[in-house]
Amino acid sequence: MNVLIDKFDVFAGGFWLTLQLCLLAAIGALILGAIVAVLRISPVPPLRALGTSYVNVFRNMPLTVVMFFAAFGLPALGSNADFLRIPVVDSLFKRLGTDLPYFRFALIALVLYTAAFVCEALRSGVNAVPAGQAEAARSLGLTFGQNLRYVVLPQSWKASIVPLGSVIIAMIKNSALAGFFGVVGDLSASADQLTGAEGYAFVPVAIGISIGYLIMTVPLGALLDRIEKRQAVAR
Amino acid sequence: MSQQTSVLYDVPGPRQRRITLISSIVAGLVLLVGAYFLIYRPLDDKGQLSMELWGPLIDPSNENFSQVWDRIGLGFKNTLIAAALAIVASLILGTLLAVLRIQLKSLTRLRFTGMATPLAYLLRGLSTLLSALTRVCVEVFRGLPVVLTIFFVARGFPEFGLYLDNLWYLIIGLTIYNSVVIGEILRSGMEGLPGGQAEAAAAIGLSPAQSTRMILLPQAFRIMLPALISQLVVVLKDTSLGFIISYEETLNIGKQIIGVLGNPIQVYVVIAVLFIVVNYSLSKLAQYVQRRLAKGRKTAGTPAQNPPPAALMSQAEGTGGI
Repeated sequence: MNVLIDKFDVFAGGFWLTLQLCLLAAIGALILGAIVAVLRISPVPPLRALGTSYVNVFRNMPLTVVMFFAAFGLPALGSNADFLRIPVVDSLFKRLGTDLPYFRFALIALVLYTAAFVCEALRSGVNAVPAGQAEAARSLGLTFGQNLRYVVLPQSWKASIVPLGSVIIAMIKNSALAGFFGVVGDLSASADQLTGAEGYAFVPVAIGISIGYLIMTVPLGALLDRIEKRQAVAR
Repeated sequence: MSQQTSVLYDVPGPRQRRITLISSIVAGLVLLVGAYFLIYRPLDDKGQLSMELWGPLIDPSNENFSQVWDRIGLGFKNTLIAAALAIVASLILGTLLAVLRIQLKSLTRLRFTGMATPLAYLLRGLSTLLSALTRVCVEVFRGLPVVLTIFFVARGFPEFGLYLDNLWYLIIGLTIYNSVVIGEILRSGMEGLPGGQAEAAAAIGLSPAQSTRMILLPQAFRIMLPALISQLVVVLKDTSLGFIISYEETLNIGKQIIGVLGNPIQVYVVIAVLFIVVNYSLSKLAQYVQRRLAKGRKTAGTPAQNPPPAALMSQAEGTGGI
């Protein structure tokens, strides 16, 4: 069990890096997912088709393939995802600014993949609003925008918070894949490094790494359970 | 108007239809131009559209064509084998887990009257402990990334002197995660059933075990069938993690092909299309089953069952996995 104490900085650093990746990916996925959701409920057929095909493509493709595209396809096109080095953000999140591009590749893959699920979660929230309410709003003479702003969105936000939360939990777990795609020093890469190259005993390392992920996923899951129970009572 | 938009719009009148038509044309043109400049041009500039790179994948007269597709076929067969074995194993284990958790929960409510007091307390404590233990197991295995479960299995088993084929490491890793998820799906299906059913079963003299087996479980399977089919998509996608432990599934074969031919983008496009086609048809099947079940329920005149928790359903819709 010594490895847990001796290499505490490795575990802590891995946790920190994974957390950074997840935070950035969550922000990106929420923004992109919201855009795709707007496309999917927009009245213009080509935009709707674009949103639908985005969701169908990314939802049915393994994240592994998306990661491969990001990690090998982008360099083949001559890009190392420099556009992600946003001046202020990259000083807060050092990994974005460093020259090793794999962190940015993994981030792109996670955002692209998760956005499809975020879109579906948001859309399920819009669909959860009873049709009668929107009809009532329309018969009162509210325009499409007013209908969205005052009637549908406030309620759909509430209905989609639980599915959104489980999407984020899934994304945290999916971020483990980044370590196998060249992101150095996150939790899963540390597991490989410690048990493989440095030859530490397997069980304590596995426990340490698992705790790192469980700290992020289990409390979030418990929180969602509570929110869901409260909503069920309120209904 | 399609179903999901009906909440927000009226049936469009002539003016609205004209506006929609015009904005459709504009948006379509913008999309085409965008696709040309953002996708086609960069690919063409880097020579990624040349027949040299695509030929082995789409040109039957290419010398490598049959060999490449033989390999991809083999990889896809391996993917399907792993997915099929993993889903069968997780269905069996998940059912057992769901039944176990339901039984334990009802045991903890039992007071064991008529037994010696210490024994009764012991039994109550034991059932509470076991119930908590299964809960912890569920939380832990559900909270861990599947990648790591597979990785831990592949690294850990040899450490304890258990050497298996890579296929089995992959299946065990997938089964650990998915049996827990399926178990929770089935459990919530059983708990969502109207309470009167279990009471009726008890009234005609069925034991709790019998009522679970004969009444609750079959219905839970029926309600949760769409979710279970969607879980198949998740498993199919998750098998692609086999490349980490060098199991020869589709992606791993793709990597080998790239090693020889040097065309990463093209090979991954083909593999992605393969996955998308299969998984898309599976999710369509799930939707179809869901619609049929909904119709059947309505005509049978049974009261609407509680919909399964949103979190579980969305997990079953494929966010749970990779």
